[in-house]
Amino acid sequence: MLIAVLIITLLGIVFGLGLGWAAIRFRVKSDPVVERIDALLPQTQCGQCGYPGCRPYAEAISKEEADINQCPPGGDAGIRALADLLGREPKPLNPENGEEKPKTVVLIDESRCIGCTLCIQACPVDAIVGAAKLMHTVIASECTGCDLCLPPCPVDCIDIIEVETGILRWRRPRPRAGLDLVIVQ
Amino acid sequence: MTFSRQIEIAREAGKRTHHFHGGLRLRHNKKISCQVPVERPPLPDLLAVPLLQHAGDIAGSLVHAGDQVLKGQQIGHCQPCAAIHSPVSGRVEAIENRPISHPSGQPGPCVVIRPDGREQWVELKPIKDWRTASSDSLIAQMQDCGLAGLGGAVFPTHAKALDGRDRQIHTLILNGAECEPYISCDEMLMREQPDKIILGARILRRALGAERVVIAIEDQMGAVQAALTHAADCTDCTNVSVVKVPMIYPEGGERQLIQVLTGLEVPAGGRPTDLGMVCQNVATAAAVADAVAEGKPLIDRYITVTGNGISQPRNFQALFGTRFSHLVESCGGYTDDVARLVVGGPMMGYPVSTDGNPVVKASNCILALTTQDIAEPQPEMPCIRCGECARVCPVTLLPQQLHLQIKSGLWDAVEEYGLAACIECGCCDFVCPSHIPLVEWFRYGKDEQRNRVLESKASELARKRFEDREARLLRIKQERAEKMTRRKQMLKDKAAQQDRIRASIDRAKHKGPGNSDRQTSGKPDDT
Repeated sequence: MLIAVLIITLLGIVFGLGLGWAAIRFRVKSDPVVERIDALLPQTQCGQCGYPGCRPYAEAISKEEADINQCPPGGDAGIRALADLLGREPKPLNPENGEEKPKTVVLIDESRCIGCTLCIQACPVDAIVGAAKLMHTVIASECTGCDLCLPPCPVDCIDIIEVETGILRWRRPRPRAGLDLVIVQ
Repeated sequence: MTFSRQIEIAREAGKRTHHFHGGLRLRHNKKISCQVPVERPPLPDLLAVPLLQHAGDIAGSLVHAGDQVLKGQQIGHCQPCAAIHSPVSGRVEAIENRPISHPSGQPGPCVVIRPDGREQWVELKPIKDWRTASSDSLIAQMQDCGLAGLGGAVFPTHAKALDGRDRQIHTLILNGAECEPYISCDEMLMREQPDKIILGARILRRALGAERVVIAIEDQMGAVQAALTHAADCTDCTNVSVVKVPMIYPEGGERQLIQVLTGLEVPAGGRPTDLGMVCQNVATAAAVADAVAEGKPLIDRYITVTGNGISQPRNFQALFGTRFSHLVESCGGYTDDVARLVVGGPMMGYPVSTDGNPVVKASNCILALTTQDIAEPQPEMPCIRCGECARVCPVTLLPQQLHLQIKSGLWDAVEEYGLAACIECGCCDFVCPSHIPLVEWFRYGKDEQRNRVLESKASELARKRFEDREARLLRIKQERAEKMTRRKQMLKDKAAQQDRIRASIDRAKHKGPGNSDRQTSGKPDDT
């Protein structure tokens, strides 16, 4: 009896130490779920979800502080992907966060720009170049269309334009779904 | 497989019949357009030469409205795609968007030229001594003359040749197997200009450093074999053979043709150069002969105008920029019951809404169909899993699976099931008993996949830029905080400050004015 108790206790201590060591030795530095959620987000860094960027929102989702339907640029497809990953039910986009829109970029009207640098400070992806009291311009290929540069502009010289879809960027439309099968009795 | 084994197999090309998977035997309907010799249509009064002729970028225009151009003068420049030349001498009227043959139906930029009728050529620079010229100079000549594959894909010839020259190539295959019904422009070219094709083949062979040339034609092309064999009967034409292949659609695809000739399969995602072969269309070879031996750039091509909706179907040698309507008029106009105009063949072509579109490098056929030709649109029914589509697929894909995966947006599965290998031949569409527009789905799926790659690249870039910016802001904040603490420290430490002031006064005395006092500014490290 006593021997059995001792053996079990001893085993418990040995395994406990082993597990404790393993917990320190093999610690995962960042939460892999956060990485995977972040990979599904559109990276516009627009903050419409209520968090200062896509990664903070991903962290909030992983801690279950935020819901999965707060990202307007990701749209329905994004919500479905998140629901798939997290094993939850997809739900419609929360209208409080905004609505899904076609992709846009911004354009600075260079004749009106006074060179205040406020938009440069607001841009989350450093897509605006310029210097104090000199003209600024947007690098269109880097602009994510987050529109965060619009509110700080004191002279209202930034316009939203739709991304050009010329003949080279043309994409085939989804084929029309077939007629539903009607069973005539 | 070793290179020597590849050569051995290529040498046997055509002696044994091989097959590719699936395919269809179609009624070919080619004879109707082969009745009269090929002619040039009358010179049109206006030509619109598109600056977008193949996948890639839009060529930059080298001329402006009002400029005089000579026949063969370069008017469009684009790297690495093919150059574009003026098909006539005349005056540039405008550079503007006009209807072109594009699956989107959108207009594209064109150089509009009004011919002056003088047909004055630009100074031509042929390479007369091509037998001794270097491979590089031959390939450069092909690029300068704007050569591109005339089989339909319009891949720039110089790019293909460069890829071939950098690999070890033993065999050049000339593709005369024009398997799609109705199209007969390659057959007519082989009948009428066999010498030019053989000359082009020899030049291409030299440029590639290949040893053999195999010209593949279809077994139904009666007089063609005799013409080509006769043309290939010269002292300089050793190792040029003409091989007949059975006519099964889509044998004109280069991968399918190589499989029929050699029994070897070009690996998915690979190219024929992986097997030591390069495949070119016979019309491209003829264009190479023109470009190198005569210095003439590519400004026209053979084109079939056919179908039951055309009064007298035939082939033309048409200048690029000629409107389809001009060609149709030149062969007697439409019949009364014409219903649809298709660019390309009935299997892979696409309908266009206007006959105002210009002829381009890719235009091998204009097909006018009548109401009887067009099957009544059948309602699409659910897939019944009969497997017919998989049976006829020449690339052994599973079209029914791909269709469902694309429909449900399972893009990882779509990639795994090899959508990228689909050649859009339309065999699966043709046999589907449920009338599912499979190829339409596959084209959509390919576009979607391409877009997903672009989007994920863009979002990756945005993520990186956001993270870098966050890191920079954090660093600046830390640097500020550090600076503040040092300042505070310095103010507290009165004695040290006195020392510092004395030290800087001393230094100023020793070195004179104009020296900065970097050490005392308390600038923090960059970490």
